[in-house]
Amino acid sequence: MAARSRVSSLLSRSFSASSPFLSRSQGKNLNNGSRIVRRFGTSSAAEEVISPSVQVSYTKLLIDGNFVDAASGKTFPTLDPRTGEVIAHVAEGDAEDINRAVKAARKAFDEGPWPKMTAYERSRVMLRFADLVEKHSEELAALESWDNGKTYEQALTAEIPMVARLFRYYAGWADKIHGLTVPADGNYHVQTLHEPIGVAGQIIPWNFPLLMFAWKVGPALACGNTIVLKTAEQTPLTAFYVGKLFLEAGLPPGVLNMVSGFGATAGASLASHMDVDKLAFTGSTDTGKVILGLAANSNLKPVTLELGGKSPFIVFEDADIDKAVELAHFALFFNQGQCCCAGSRTYVHEKVYDEFVEKAKARALKRVVGDPFKKGIEQGPQIDSKQFEKVMKYIRSGVESNATLECGGGQVGDKGYFIQPTVFSNVKDDMLIAQDEIFGPVQSILKFSDVDEVIKRANDTRYGLAAGVFTKSLDTANRVSRALKAGTVWVNCFDVFDAAIPFGGYKMSGNGREKGIYSLNNYLQVKAVVTPLNNPAWI
Amino acid sequence: MASRRVSSLLSRSLISSSSLFSLRGKDPLLNRGARRYSNLAASLEDTITPPVKVEHTQLLINGKFVDSASGKTFPTLDPRTGEVIAQVAEGDVEDVNRAVVAARKAFDQGPWPRMTAYERSKILFRFADLIEKHNDEIAALETWDNGKPYEQSANIEVPMLARVFRYYAGWADKIHGMTVPGDGSHHVQTLHEPIGVAGQIIPWNFPLLMLSWKLGPALACGNTVVLKTAEQTPLSALLVGRLLHEAGLPEGVVNIVSGFGPTAGAAIASHMDIDKVAFTGSTDVGKIILELASKSNLKAVTLELGGKSPFIVCEDADVDQAVEMAHFALFFNQGQCCCAGSRTFVHERVYDEFVEKAKARAINRAVGDPFKSGIEQGPQVDSEQFEKILKYIRHGVDSGATLQAGGDRHGSKGYYIQPTVFSDVKDDMLIAKDEIFGPVQTILKFKNLDEVIARANNSRYGLAAGVFTQNLDTANRLMRALRVGSVWINCFDVFDATIPFGGYKMSGIGREKGIYSLNNYLQVKAVVTAIKNPAWL
Repeated sequence: MAARSRVSSLLSRSFSASSPFLSRSQGKNLNNGSRIVRRFGTSSAAEEVISPSVQVSYTKLLIDGNFVDAASGKTFPTLDPRTGEVIAHVAEGDAEDINRAVKAARKAFDEGPWPKMTAYERSRVMLRFADLVEKHSEELAALESWDNGKTYEQALTAEIPMVARLFRYYAGWADKIHGLTVPADGNYHVQTLHEPIGVAGQIIPWNFPLLMFAWKVGPALACGNTIVLKTAEQTPLTAFYVGKLFLEAGLPPGVLNMVSGFGATAGASLASHMDVDKLAFTGSTDTGKVILGLAANSNLKPVTLELGGKSPFIVFEDADIDKAVELAHFALFFNQGQCCCAGSRTYVHEKVYDEFVEKAKARALKRVVGDPFKKGIEQGPQIDSKQFEKVMKYIRSGVESNATLECGGGQVGDKGYFIQPTVFSNVKDDMLIAQDEIFGPVQSILKFSDVDEVIKRANDTRYGLAAGVFTKSLDTANRVSRALKAGTVWVNCFDVFDAAIPFGGYKMSGNGREKGIYSLNNYLQVKAVVTPLNNPAWI
Repeated sequence: MASRRVSSLLSRSLISSSSLFSLRGKDPLLNRGARRYSNLAASLEDTITPPVKVEHTQLLINGKFVDSASGKTFPTLDPRTGEVIAQVAEGDVEDVNRAVVAARKAFDQGPWPRMTAYERSKILFRFADLIEKHNDEIAALETWDNGKPYEQSANIEVPMLARVFRYYAGWADKIHGMTVPGDGSHHVQTLHEPIGVAGQIIPWNFPLLMLSWKLGPALACGNTVVLKTAEQTPLSALLVGRLLHEAGLPEGVVNIVSGFGPTAGAAIASHMDIDKVAFTGSTDVGKIILELASKSNLKAVTLELGGKSPFIVCEDADVDQAVEMAHFALFFNQGQCCCAGSRTFVHERVYDEFVEKAKARAINRAVGDPFKSGIEQGPQVDSEQFEKILKYIRHGVDSGATLQAGGDRHGSKGYYIQPTVFSDVKDDMLIAKDEIFGPVQTILKFKNLDEVIARANNSRYGLAAGVFTQNLDTANRLMRALRVGSVWINCFDVFDATIPFGGYKMSGIGREKGIYSLNNYLQVKAVVTAIKNPAWL
């Protein structure tokens, strides 16, 4: 129970001050789940599969306000990561469907009504949507958990409330998008208009389907754009559900169109579409490069990318070790390790290294793996067999390259895609497990001697998404915060994802920032308007 | 008089600000004979010797002028004659590598990003002072290499260069991050950090102004730079590069490589140690640059590309003023402006009057040696551009547009082209679709606002637009409906340092100048710290 409530408080770390989230998560935690499923060594985790308390109502593309079959009539199965079994067959969108969606979005933008509504009216639609998300939070959480494998408690108490929170945040921005009046060098009146870009193409990943939906759709709609959104083929279900809620909230048809499908077909046609004015993508760095190349070869649509990472988590000798162990564990294992900003290089000062490794191992051994619908479960299955195999391959690579396997290393049970929480110590910078994004429950612990060295090693990567810094020293915190080439530095905390905090990468972790005031730039064009002045009272 | 009119147009955005920018005692009444482009002899025969020496022809790397690694050079030509001005070091991959190593060192190990913002600003202010001190020398070099009128260089562009650097010097110590409200017990702040090493590739039409739009914000934000000049106009950047170091810029902070796009330019765009690239040039090359960035290290890219900007004259406009401005919007800088008003849409009620007056104005345009006083138009930059423009003129004639004036080369030497006006131009003609980048005005007729909005927006470009009307409703409506980055209402080509400039659609990505330009050279880092017992949240 201690482990469970600790995790919940971590998950709701960014919510803890707002009572609704806190009380809800505490309510769930007060009941005891079966203690047996808590240890990953037991096989009971995968045996009794719980039936999700939700029906799959929407499996078709959402185009121009209607749920429709793919033009080809084709479907693809979306699978339950607990078992590998089919949840539902979903319409498989391709180039023709993207064309239809773009046409609807184009019309809703060029002829209205969306950009021609007042910002206040747009904000009201988004606020009503947030209310509906809350009203349906249990169905949404169940669907998210079913399709993705993440724990139901996490979906219900952290992610779905965060979706509502994000849409309220962006609803509040809609009527606060100000241009500037600008001082001129002569008799001119100069102003800038911050206009919507037009039709935004958005491609979202499978690790946080609805949160990534919120990060993308929120600012695009607040700024007056229309959207064609492609969901990940692993997790198409929840987006359709909230698409239905958006229509209920009064979103006009054509403003938000959703196409489920694959990257090489639907994704590529969105990225290379000549009538799409902007593209936002979250996913791997390799795919991000392809997306940008397609934009370059088509109509030069501006592209924001939120890509991979290999984020350092640095524990200095003066850190509170127990807290650092717990947060380093959370930073890596949260969401089955499937976070672009996972703290996947745990650098620990040599003076506290042995103690840290011992405690990190103990913590991982205690991690509760099992059916994500069970109470008290901390870790569900990986998303699919491909990811599962990839993670197992990296674990083998870690062993072969002579890192010390402290715990884990194998599959949990014999069904679905569950992996044991795995900890490697004595990891060296040149090992593959210290360089590549594993995207699974594999913690790599490295040793360092001094600040200069760890700054250099932390920055010696093509990625630059995030970093964790654990220290009590203000000088160390200030110095390392500036020196790390990463878009987010969490000091004595990790994975704080408030709506107001910008998120994005340096280097090959991406371009642009999502969330916060900075995200609005991604969905606005700046137009300078200049008029001569006759007899101005002032310049 | 014609020359005075042009000068006042050119300095429209400067005239009110200070006497610095006023004309420098040139007699506008000189050389009346050179004013008519049909008067070949006066304008072309006696080529004036530029009052400047070419001192710098090597690459500027790590604070030193050096030969290219290969030892190769290329000639830079005088557009008035096609003759060689100087042989310039030809930078290639290895030189770009050397420049990046120097810039990387100046960034990673200091001193540039480790100096205070105030110290950086003082260097930029001193540099601006040096530009003013060397105004005439710089202007002469710019005109010699590019072909633009010396008066334009000396009275407008070089003063604007100093103005732009003072603008950015002022920004250096005003780059603020934010503190941010958290949803819980966290202290949240954002740091606006320099990106690192910026690669910058500039064009030949306004060599020094484009240098200032790029270097100014990069340096103010604490970045170091590898800049590639256009192969047509390498000279002036090397001179101001020396002045930058005279002003106290540490070595390696700005490195300048002359050379060609497919070699030096491509090496910059695809370099793994360059953190950001900014490019100004054609849309086709912009696509290549972005693709090279996507295939290498995903460096952030800003692009300022081509245009086919509408200039819309509504029926209530002051026709004489609109004619003059439309003429200026197209013919300024020999028509070599990315934002040239190259589709002149005129309301049918004033169309005939407009065409007549536009033709008269074009015939009146003074073409000749750009070093002569009173000259409004010099030669095109090189033979390639010259041939391309003549091809478009033939195209206009072949497609049935009415050639009102010009239509041929001017003289028999160099790359001079007659100010050319087409009327009865249709939207589907090539001259109404492609960026001609020369002194060729195309005048189209329209009937109503809905129609002209649809036609003006029916272009892959979206850089700028001119709107001429006295009606507030018309102005407000067009200002919002036009899908372009700049709308000039009853004016054109106002380029104050504070005004953002950039394109919608395939005219580019990002904005230069103004507060917006700083984003291009900053990374945003969120720093979140757990706090205990906060007094407020």
